[in-house]
Amino acid sequence: MDISISLPGLDLKNPIMPASGCFGFGKEFAQFYDLSDLGAIILKAATGEKRYGNEAPRVAETSSGMLNAIGLQNPGVEKIVNEEIPFLKAYDTPLIANVSGSTMEEYEHVAATICKEVDALELNISCPNVKEGGVQFGTDPRLAEEVTSRVKSVSTVPVYVKLSPNVTDIVALAKAAASGGADGLSMINTLTGMKIDPATRKPIISNQTGGLSGPAVKPVAIRMIHQVYQAVNLPIIGMGGIETTDDIIEYMLAGASAVAVGSANFKNPLICKELIEQLPEALERYGFSSIEEVIGGAHHETAASGLFRA
Amino acid sequence: MRREWMEIVEHNAVAKDTYRMVLKGQIAEEVKDPGQFVHIQVSERFFLRRPVSIADVHPDKSEITLLYKVLGDGTEALTEKQTGDKLDVLGPGGQGFPVEEDVREALIVGGGIGVPPLYYLAKQLVEQGIKVTTVLGFRSKEESFLVEEFKDLGAVYVTTDDGSLGEQGLVTDRTGELKGSFDTYFACGPTVMLKAIANQLDDVRGYLSMEERMGCGIGACFACVVHTPEDDEKGYRRVCCDGPVFKAKEVVL
Ligand SMILES: Cc1cc2nc3c(=O)[nH]c(=O)nc-3n(C[C@H](O)[C@H](O)[C@H](O)COP(=O)(O)OP(=O)(O)OC[C@H]3O[C@@H](n4cnc5c(N)ncnc54)[C@H](O)[C@@H]3O)c2cc1C
Ligand SMILES: Cc1cc2nc3c(=O)[nH]c(=O)nc-3n(C[C@H](O)[C@H](O)[C@H](O)COP(=O)(O)O)c2cc1C
Ligand code: FES
Repeated sequence: MDISISLPGLDLKNPIMPASGCFGFGKEFAQFYDLSDLGAIILKAATGEKRYGNEAPRVAETSSGMLNAIGLQNPGVEKIVNEEIPFLKAYDTPLIANVSGSTMEEYEHVAATICKEVDALELNISCPNVKEGGVQFGTDPRLAEEVTSRVKSVSTVPVYVKLSPNVTDIVALAKAAASGGADGLSMINTLTGMKIDPATRKPIISNQTGGLSGPAVKPVAIRMIHQVYQAVNLPIIGMGGIETTDDIIEYMLAGASAVAVGSANFKNPLICKELIEQLPEALERYGFSSIEEVIGGAHHETAASGLFRA
Repeated sequence: MRREWMEIVEHNAVAKDTYRMVLKGQIAEEVKDPGQFVHIQVSERFFLRRPVSIADVHPDKSEITLLYKVLGDGTEALTEKQTGDKLDVLGPGGQGFPVEEDVREALIVGGGIGVPPLYYLAKQLVEQGIKVTTVLGFRSKEESFLVEEFKDLGAVYVTTDDGSLGEQGLVTDRTGELKGSFDTYFACGPTVMLKAIANQLDDVRGYLSMEERMGCGIGACFACVVHTPEDDEKGYRRVCCDGPVFKAKEVVL
């Protein structure tokens, strides 16, 4: 089965890509498989200047997931453009840059610098692990709309706005991104959490809080994508806890047009490649005849309910 | 580096809460230097892998030996694995201790569960005709391991917190007195120990193996980052791939 998908700025051989921050700039994974197999690659966050990030410990294990508070460590947008992206351009895979910042101006600067080198931007207004900026742009619809429209006006490539699940009304944020001119949405970023060590009586993560990812967040992401799909007419890249082809199908049924795999890459560095290989057969097993049929399938009146009961 | 289902060919207790596990697979043939580690998926129950040092290698038999201590749920669950079981292993990872250097007389300093990677190192050093003196620190006699094996490779001094084996005290009580009898030291153990050693042997060439909590274990996630001194342009090192072994002054302890 043909599993290619076209989205604004992105011709995807398949709907599967590694999520931002979980794949570095690709080099480490290139020793395991050919990165050209991927639908696309979402790069690690870029900020205006180099950032060290938070103190260690930066990760903690949780039930069915993990907390992280890396704090957007990166060498700065110039170095990413000059030293990281050239390596990835050797592969026949679309690149999506993750644009982060603390101020409107920083977002604009990063977007304007990196957009010439990639096929699309993922506007990260949802990082829970930095003191200023980041998540406030993603929790206040007015700021979300403004940063989206300012980045849109400097970007030469489509902009996917990455939404934070740390809000009570995800639809309001999705609508704000849409009014700002977003070409698509990416959801979800991590959920703010904490883990305390009974032996030390202190949070394990030095930043105290961290972002929860992994299968633990998947039901939240599925619910949010299901809500947003009904309310906003934009393609969605879905993510949160994807480990199997069933997870991917669930995301697409909720309304995602493509998916990103994040922390599962740490468990199995070959996961993206394996899922790409397995997806066609999995779709056939559930009776789908095309990939388009899956997208938003949970919303369609004509869904073949009962087909598999026999 | 590869992901492989390695077969457990031996698994036994060697000291209090401390186990030895021998794994068979191709990873054994790819170990570059002593001090490298494997990243172990204990079972589906755990979301993150556990880093464990390679304590010995038998490339001819495609086997590596690990020594681990039960310190939490993951290592506890590892003890339940049986000979013949397959284990999901990623590795070998990281940069180990350099052994090609112009070393003549080496001091090895190990503390607790930092001791394992030093055993393979000591063997390699001795094989190259380098004189090895070892100082090992344990909490007590019942928690000690590998002492006899190190004795086959050179002089060994043991310190324990309670004096139940060797001298009562810290490894630094002994390493200070040995100063002058070695040109290079290699240390692995708790950060407080590494700090004390690095201060005491400030003017000697040294290599330290560090621990940090890891995500990916392959250099992609930046979970395992440590600071470098201010004059270092990059400003950080990743324990999983730039380390775990660093030159004594390369990173901030
Ligand atoms: C490079 C390296 C080599 C190591 N070699 C050995 C070895 O040879 N033998 C041995 O017994 N131990 C070794 N350790 C420590 C070992 O990784 C931890 O003891 C183990 O991960 C604890 O897991 P747990 O589930 O039992 O503990 P928990 O505390 O339940 O673990 C929870 C989480 O914290 C992480 N974690 C806890 N303590 C440490 C630690 N000290 N270092 C890194 N991550 C930690 C775990 O990996 C896990 O993700 C090494 C660590 C590193 C970084
Ligand atoms: C270690 C780590 C680092 C991350 N870094 C970023 C980042 O830099 N930018 C970003 O937009 N999201 C980042 N994320 C969030 C992921 O891209 C993804 O949205 C989230 O982890 C949910 O997917 P998962 O459950 O498959 O991991 C990071 C996640 C992890 C675990
Ligand atoms: S553990 Fe991921 S970079 Fe070191």
